[in-house]
Amino acid sequence: MSKRVLMNGNDAVGEGAIRGGCDAYFGYPITPQNELTAYMAAHMPRHERVFIQAESEIAAINMVFGAAVTGKRAMTSSSSPGISLKQEGISYLAAAELPAVIVNVQRGGPGLGNIAPSQSDYFQATKGGGHGDYRLIVLAPASVQEMHDLTIEAFALADRFRSPVMVLTDGRLGQMMEPLKLHEGKPPARPPKPWALTGAVGRRSNMIRSLLLDDGVLEQHNLHLQRKFALIKNSLLKFEELNTRDCDVLIVAYGTSARIAKGAMDKARAKGMKVGLLRPVTLWPYPSARIRQLAAQVKGILVVEMSSGQMVEDVRLAAGDRAPVVFEGRLGGAVPEENDVLAALRGILRRSRGRKLS
Amino acid sequence: MTKATSRRAPRQTAMRYSLYHRPVALKPTPTHFCPGCGHGIVHKLIAETLDTLKIREKTIGVAPVGCAVLAYNYLDCDISEAAHGRAAAVATGIKRCLPDRIVFAYQGDGDLAAIGMGETLHAANRGEHIAVIFVNNTVYGMTGGQMAPTTLIGQKTATSPCGRDQVTTGAPIKICELLNTLEAPWHIERVALDGPAGVRRTRKALATAFQAQVDDKGYSFIEILSPCPIHMHCSPVEAVRLVKERMIPYFPPGLYRQNGQSMT
Ligand SMILES: Cc1ncc(C[n+]2csc(CCOP(=O)(O)OP(=O)(O)O)c2C)c(N)n1
Ligand code: SF4
Repeated sequence: MSKRVLMNGNDAVGEGAIRGGCDAYFGYPITPQNELTAYMAAHMPRHERVFIQAESEIAAINMVFGAAVTGKRAMTSSSSPGISLKQEGISYLAAAELPAVIVNVQRGGPGLGNIAPSQSDYFQATKGGGHGDYRLIVLAPASVQEMHDLTIEAFALADRFRSPVMVLTDGRLGQMMEPLKLHEGKPPARPPKPWALTGAVGRRSNMIRSLLLDDGVLEQHNLHLQRKFALIKNSLLKFEELNTRDCDVLIVAYGTSARIAKGAMDKARAKGMKVGLLRPVTLWPYPSARIRQLAAQVKGILVVEMSSGQMVEDVRLAAGDRAPVVFEGRLGGAVPEENDVLAALRGILRRSRGRKLS
Repeated sequence: MTKATSRRAPRQTAMRYSLYHRPVALKPTPTHFCPGCGHGIVHKLIAETLDTLKIREKTIGVAPVGCAVLAYNYLDCDISEAAHGRAAAVATGIKRCLPDRIVFAYQGDGDLAAIGMGETLHAANRGEHIAVIFVNNTVYGMTGGQMAPTTLIGQKTATSPCGRDQVTTGAPIKICELLNTLEAPWHIERVALDGPAGVRRTRKALATAFQAQVDDKGYSFIEILSPCPIHMHCSPVEAVRLVKERMIPYFPPGLYRQNGQSMT
């Protein structure tokens, strides 16, 4: 029987990492993810695993790189400004095809911003962030339970695809307490890693590099990476759908915004409005095909985000001209309210009736 | 050429090759370094050390971004690249995960003392059980001879065309002296590739640094004053003379830390 415990989201990530087989964690203090670094400081040594408070986020991500080249499971966490500092390292991890988990407990930006929850790092997470042609698998939990479960899954995916994986969450999910069932049983299976640097005993020496100077070799490597990204796109897609079968309006939202959107949806349903919700769990790959399908069925789509409108671009791209896409969001660490979402839903339905009349 | 000498010559060559064999840990790769560059010498000395201590199969190296970035093409042990300046952090990650392996970071002066100064100091301060091999050639070699933190006062580089000016750019940083202010390091030594004796001292210093890890003692740091004829704007012979006459007076070779005790 798996135990039910009360935990905050940051600790749930930490415990997920431990149960997911994280061998080494490297962090640097930044709010609102500090509970996670403290959790790892307390628990990793107890499990005889590596914990280092690095001298910077840059050092931390490069320690992750070092741990990953040995074939061990490595993780770092930070919040928005710190994640910006890690981008060069993430690009190197992607280039060298090293598995690693990066957790971003987002806060309000740009700049030093504030320490309130935000979703304004969506572009950075899903469109590159660092330099070069690469993709990051991005997982977006919406509950403390998912903070735990998706962290474990992140380690499995990182190993499976030899790729860095980001858990993209926010300060509210990081700080809030919810009951959760802890993962019992073994960590995800570890695939063999013949490429790892462990000392060249009885084999040729291995090298991990991303510098490819010979004519055409870097293009070939990029094409190989693109094939891998295509494979990930085809084999990995997670989203949750609620009330979409008969909906007139579809809300698309992830993470904290999805929780608020769900509240608004329930209120709207109680008032007789047919509202559905699609909550992407993987932000890359993105459930574009399903949004396209649903766009053909609905009168309008509402995208709710804690940003000026980032994910909405992907929704518009998927929906095309099949349905109007409306954005409802708050910026700079502000969180949308259910009533605002409800008002936006009403607006969409009103306008759709108007269109029919004209 | 007389018959007699032409008969003798091959035998002499054979004898020379039997004396100067290639270390097992050195791959038969044609060098990409410029004539007279110190990196090639240091590579060979590291390979010899791995052979002598019989640790090639236990060793994991970290190559820098800089002229030595292709170290993995020469050294026949497991090697990882590191982002510019981050070799000490990457080496830390490796060593903490595999504490019984021998881990070294190889870095130039731009890499170690400018962009990577934070990682350098903190890895040393934590006393990571790694060896850091620091090739100080007073310039950014790879990017075209720009001013480095170790460029000498008055030295002309691509970004100090009138010579390094202390008022606006500070004085060259003495890394061994700086690291010796920390508690944790086990071994800190500066050597110079200023001639055959210097090469022998460098070999010995490297052996000490690697042995410290075999014995699980702690952090060791070897700074090697090294010629870069291309960006010192002179011949290979002249560059060695510059190491001797210009670098050594400012960066005094010697033991700064031995068995965890400061020697200064
Ligand atoms: C983040 C980043 N900044 C700058 C560079 C460009 N770069 C490559 S090598 C190098 C400096 C090399 O100089 P040094 O460390 O002294 O080594 P050397 O080439 O002299 O051996 C620089 C600045 C880079 N690759 N990455
Ligand atoms: S530029 Fe200088 S350091 Fe680089 S290979 Fe040439 S001589 Fe060596």
